[in-house]
This record gives sequence, structure tokens and C-alpha cells, in this order.
Amino acid sequence: MAEKKITLTKRDRWSVCWRSTFLQGSWNYERMQNGGYAFALIPAIKKLYKTKEDRAAALKRHLEFFNTHPYIASPILGVSLALEEDNANGTPIDAATMSGVKVGMMGPLAGVGDPVFWFTARPIIAGLGASLAISGNILGPILFFVLWNILRIAFMWYTQEFGYRTGTKITDDVSGGLLQKVTRGAAMMGMFVLGTLIERWVTIKFTPEVSRIKQSSGAYIDWDKLPNNPTAIKTVLEQWNMGKGMSLTEYKVTTLQDNLDSLIPGLAALLLTLLCMWLLKKKVSPIVIILGLFVVGIIGRVIGLLG
Amino acid sequence: MSAISMILVVIVAFLAGMEGILDEFQFHQPLVACTLIGLVTGHLIPCVILGGSLQMIALGWANIGAAVAPDAALASVASAIIFVQSGAATKSMGTATAIAIPLAVAGLFLTMIVRTISVAIIHIMDKEAAKGNLRAIDMWQIVAICLQGLRIALPAVALLIIPADQVRAALSAMPAWLNEGMTIGGGMVVAVGYAMVINMIANREVWPFFAIGFVLAAVTQLTLIAIGALGLAFTLIYLDLESKAGNGGNGGNGGSGDPLGDILNDY
Repeated sequence: MAEKKITLTKRDRWSVCWRSTFLQGSWNYERMQNGGYAFALIPAIKKLYKTKEDRAAALKRHLEFFNTHPYIASPILGVSLALEEDNANGTPIDAATMSGVKVGMMGPLAGVGDPVFWFTARPIIAGLGASLAISGNILGPILFFVLWNILRIAFMWYTQEFGYRTGTKITDDVSGGLLQKVTRGAAMMGMFVLGTLIERWVTIKFTPEVSRIKQSSGAYIDWDKLPNNPTAIKTVLEQWNMGKGMSLTEYKVTTLQDNLDSLIPGLAALLLTLLCMWLLKKKVSPIVIILGLFVVGIIGRVIGLLG
Repeated sequence: MSAISMILVVIVAFLAGMEGILDEFQFHQPLVACTLIGLVTGHLIPCVILGGSLQMIALGWANIGAAVAPDAALASVASAIIFVQSGAATKSMGTATAIAIPLAVAGLFLTMIVRTISVAIIHIMDKEAAKGNLRAIDMWQIVAICLQGLRIALPAVALLIIPADQVRAALSAMPAWLNEGMTIGGGMVVAVGYAMVINMIANREVWPFFAIGFVLAAVTQLTLIAIGALGLAFTLIYLDLESKAGNGGNGGNGGSGDPLGDILNDY
């Protein structure tokens, strides 16, 4: 193999990686991420090509249609870097090959990126963060922001390097078992956490009373017979015994919610989620479902079904 | 709100707008955007809580291909501003959450407009590319990103101009049933985001994991981090056992395949 005249330094590659952060900045309906792709490659183009014609040709190649998951673009950028480097060093690579590689990779890889990043990693990390944040813990947002960006930047840099090193051979590696395993593992982990989140954070409370039973005397605290001095508090606490002793009220009230909870806690939340899944599969817009649920909430509150 | 706070809020809105399209640093996610607005306006903790509750709703929102999801950026920025303007009281949290939803739709249309304007921008890029003018490509890319930033920053300015008293009066004029009803609705809409995610990733293989997670969540002593660790462990065990079963025939089964039987035989 001939000695390479111009090589891209680590610094150049890092510069491309940083610029790929802005990949979607000029996202447009005609060629989608093309502007961003060319923008990301500019440090490399500047280094590799010195004449106006060469630069114009390189820019034209990369202003072609391009669209994939924004982080998954990194390994593809890496391959483009390797190809452009070879091209500049005298191994002519035509524009068709250059775009062929990009198009060949962007589809299948986007199919991995969307479920792994948008539908597993982000719901898990953001769900963790949000559950801390809801209780007023500032660590929630910090955890989400820091963890996400470390993962993201590490992924973008290492996969870009991987693409750069392997060049066009990358497609063989990608179709290997590991990537598939990661995707499947992510889906399992995601489903596990989703099950948890639904139980904990979807809140529906049915207020109607199912039964109201007058309890026998001695089963509840008789508030009228308490001594009229501070020891009354002590007496009550002893009788109540953290809920294990006597009842606080004369009537034992069972709401619909209590009945549902004794089957499986969170059953109503689960059913609601299944309903939403079904509606979404029936192509009902999520916005319509969300607005509908607000309406249900208001009506439920007014007629006293939900609380 | 002081002038400095207002300027900082607009900067946060600008970042959120950029991120709404870039989807890299996640400044547009409610968890981050609301927290930052809380930080610069001095209502940190209430805004963290608002961000958490909005985040739960927005978990499944994602831009896939050319499709645009409801816009988390405008939803979180605008509802945080309204929340802060109304005095950041806990009782207006439900309303602020509910307001976020129509705003998310409005944001979606704004994104579409900017994405259409960007078509013109890349045509300019084409022309500059033919001249080999690298600096012009850089500049137009930055212009396009700034347009996305302005998409959220301008509505934020408009909201800041509305006097806080008016926001507060409007919110307190709301009857209790409406306010509480919206809070109840807010508790339920969380399910839509989860349903979207499940529809994307679910298959026969992963449903049992869902069931385990759901049942374990009822054990309230387990924090989410503990549950996450359990989920990771189950997943690793599953994948590991599967790969062992794959080469199972030749390795591992030296004995009768029945450990209890082996022990009994040893007696």
C-alpha cells in the first residue's frame, strides 16, 4: 500500500466529531441532514483538498440526501473520513461509491439507533431522573444530563473512530451478532423499567365507595371518651398502633380503589396503558389521546369517580 | 422577575429551541429546561418538580425519520415560565402541566415552519459549495441552528411580556374542579408516553421482563435504582444463559444433567 501523503490527525477527527453535534441543525424536508453532514466534514475537507474544484466536489458529494439517527451518523462519518482520505491520497473513489456507502448504512443503522436511544436509554435515564425530580431532588436533572451526555459523547467518538479504522469493512461487523444482542438486551431492560414506571407513576384513583360498614365498638377509637388532657394523644397513638390497632373512624370505608389494589396494585394504570397502546395502534394521534385523558380527568372529578 | 433573570430565561429558551432539533445535549427535555429556568428565576425546587412531572409525560416523544413528535422544547419552556409567573405555587402545577400539551402541538408547527425554511438554506449551501466556499457553509449551518433557537426564544419573550399579575389572576380564577381535574388527567397522560415506547420495542421475548418489573414495583422499599439494577441483572442472565444454551450440547453437561441425581448417586 502506498505511503499516505495526507492523514487526518486525531485533532481533525475530534473536530469532525464535535461538529457532528450540529448534524440536524439545518434539518430540512428536501434532503434532511445533508447540510449538517457536510458541515461536520468541513475540517477534513479543508485538510485533504486544497483546490477550489476538489473542495466543491467533496461538498457536493456530502450535500446529498442523508438521514439517520443523529448519534448513529458517527460511524458513518468515520467511514466517510476514511474514504475521503484514500481519495485525497490518490486512490480515486467515485461519488457513487461514497454515497452508496452512506445510503447503505444509514437505513439499517437508524433502525438500531431509534429503539436503543430514543425508546430505551432515554426513557430509562430520564425516568430515573424524573422520579427523583418529582420529589424535589435536584440530583434528578443533574443525573440525567450528566449520564446522558457522557454516554452520548463516548458513543459518538468511539463509533466514529471505529468507522474510520474499519472503513468500508464496517458493514460486515455491524451485521454481526453483537449489535443485535445489544438491541435485544436494551429492549428487555427497557420493558422491565417500563413495567416499574407504569406501576409507580401512572396515577388513577377511583373514589366511589364500595362499602361502608359500621364497626363494632372497641374496634375503633371512641373520640368522645378520651381524657381531656395531653395524655389523650398518647392514648390515641397507643390504640391506633401505627394502623395495626384500632381504627380511626367508626365506619370501615372501602373504595373501588382499595378493591382494585387488593387484586394487583397498579392494575388500573396497567389497563390504561394497554388501552393507550391499542388506540395508538389504531392510528389515533397521541395528542388526541392526551387531550382526551385531560377531559376524562375533569369529567371524572366533576362526577366524583376519580380523585 | 428581574431583567437579568429574563435575559437568562430567554437564553435557556434559545438553547432548548436548538436542542429541540439537534437532540444531543437534551436541553429541550423538560427535566433540564424547567430546572434551568427554575435556577435562573430563583424557583429551583418547584421547577425541578414541574420538570419531573412533565418529563414523565414526554418520555416517549421522539423524532423518528421525518416525523416530528410533540415538541418538548416549547412545552417545557413555556409552562415553566407560566408556572414561575404565577408564583410557582404547588397548586398551579397541574395547570402548568396541562397547558404544556397544546403548547407541544404548537411547537410542532413551528418546527415544521423552520424545517421548511431550511430547504431554502440548503439551496444557498449548494451554491456556495459549487464555489468551494467552506466558510459560507459553516455560516449557513449556524444560521439554521439559530432559527431553531429563535423558534422557542421568541415565544418565551412574548410570555415574559405578559405581566405576572395577569397570569396569576387567570390561574386563580380557575375553579377547583377544573384545576383538580387537570391534575388527575396529568396523572393519566403519563401512560400515553409509556404506551408509545412499548409499541416500539415490545415483542414476545421481552413481555415477561415487563411483567417482572410491574410486579416488583409494588415493593415500595425498592428504589428505582435498585429496580434498574435488578432489570440489568435479569437481562444479562437471560442473554448469558441463551448463549450457553446455544453451545449447550457440547459443554457443561458432563454429568447426567441432573445435579440432584449426581449427589444422590454419590451416596
